[in-house]
Amino acid sequence: MAGWYIERGPESDVAISSRIRLARNLKNFPFPPRMNRDQENELIQNIRNSLAKDNSGIMMEMTFVDMTELSPVDRQALMEKHIISRDMAESQNKSGVLVSRDEKISIMINEEDHLRIQCLFPGMQMNKAWTLCNEVDNILERNVEYAYNNDYGYLTCCPTNIGTGMRASVMLHLPALTMTGYIRNVLEACSKIGIAVRGLYGENSEASGNMFQISNQISLGQTEEEIVNNINNIASQLIQQERALRKELYNQNPYRFEDRIFRSFGLFANARIMSSEEANKLLSDVRLGVNMGIIKDIDVETLNEIMILIQPGNLQKSTGRALNPDERDIRRAEIIRKMIRDKSI
Amino acid sequence: MLCQNCQKRIANVHYTHIVNNKKVELYLCEQCARETGQMGIENNFSFNDLFPGLIGFGGFPGYVQSVQSKPLFCKDCGMSFEEFQKTGKLGCPNCYDVFSDKLKPLIKRLHGGIKHIGKKPSVHFESVPLESEKASSELDRLKDMLAKAIQNEEYEKAAELRDKIKELESKGQ
Repeated sequence: MAGWYIERGPESDVAISSRIRLARNLKNFPFPPRMNRDQENELIQNIRNSLAKDNSGIMMEMTFVDMTELSPVDRQALMEKHIISRDMAESQNKSGVLVSRDEKISIMINEEDHLRIQCLFPGMQMNKAWTLCNEVDNILERNVEYAYNNDYGYLTCCPTNIGTGMRASVMLHLPALTMTGYIRNVLEACSKIGIAVRGLYGENSEASGNMFQISNQISLGQTEEEIVNNINNIASQLIQQERALRKELYNQNPYRFEDRIFRSFGLFANARIMSSEEANKLLSDVRLGVNMGIIKDIDVETLNEIMILIQPGNLQKSTGRALNPDERDIRRAEIIRKMIRDKSI
Repeated sequence: MLCQNCQKRIANVHYTHIVNNKKVELYLCEQCARETGQMGIENNFSFNDLFPGLIGFGGFPGYVQSVQSKPLFCKDCGMSFEEFQKTGKLGCPNCYDVFSDKLKPLIKRLHGGIKHIGKKPSVHFESVPLESEKASSELDRLKDMLAKAIQNEEYEKAAELRDKIKELESKGQ
């Protein structure tokens, strides 16, 4: 299976993934919420045609996925892999996404903005994600005329995104900060300096499994590099704190710590029914155990893969049919057991 | 429902917190959420929920009246400013021009700054003619950079910028 999540990235003991997205709009079209069906089709064709002409390597590898041809389950599966946004998964518009083979680049067409260019890398690789995203943007820019003005930069449907049109975010696993309660101070501090902290699937989603998404709130008045550096700095501070606290928690009572980890691992690897909430909770403990060298049977990449595969959309997609919640919980437990059995080191 | 903290205002922030593996749910009003520092985590609370509030009620002195006097429409896409206030989303690139006066204070509030200093399209055909004072734009940019340099305690850079600004200003006169 392709995907960012099966590769090991730097600082992967705390940082799950780094993501950059750029919002772009074309000059001669209304923004997506005000487009009619013909304009929606025309814009998609425009983008696809102009990219087909471009012979740079990046674009040749992209596949177009038409949202209107996908079932709700398939859409959800793409959202769970972070290839499309929740908004796009639920959209009624004529929309689609261009995805690279390794699923690291995706270009959403007709989401809230005409284009949402996104690059996603495992671990802390913000600079790499920005470089690639910028490159993709440069290719697009050669072929279409963007809506831009000198004061407000790239014009977007919602004024919260103008300027750079950039959202830089890092997904961090912060169990020790959460257990000790220090996470509250972190959240408070972040909100004061224009940094948003969200759950696993962005806006409105819950911070389940101790996963936190750290991203810039402000997109105008800073350069792209400043935004990236800012997020980099905050993320690396959090990573340091998290590591120190993990050690401290362990040293306070190694037996109790290991006991908790192994109990969770036992449940995770053997249960026959597993709700999504329980899975996220246990997965957090198991991940902590693997990253601290306590559990040696599996690696982090396998956990990342499990994390995606046990989400409702991917669960149903791999089963090949719709499942009710009870069936899902059984199937989820099956997949976890199988993955741990097959991928044991 | 009413805010669980002050019992006075309507609760519009839903906050979920896990304490000792138990889910604790809090329904707070915006003010209490902000005061108790629980705004940072955005459970069931999106910026867009807050958005119409930001630009509408209690917003900027002066503009509420102008809305009443004459509804403003974008000729290109038919969007009215009233509609934008409801959704927080603009209709087309031209809306930024049409609603410029009303958007400026909002943008300042959202982003702090009101001047883009990041990437520019290299094939920048023609910018949407928004700013009246084109000549001073370079000066504004330098001033923004100066403020930033001072904020970052980069005094050498600040001194350089200050000299450039002086030079430009004397030329202008």
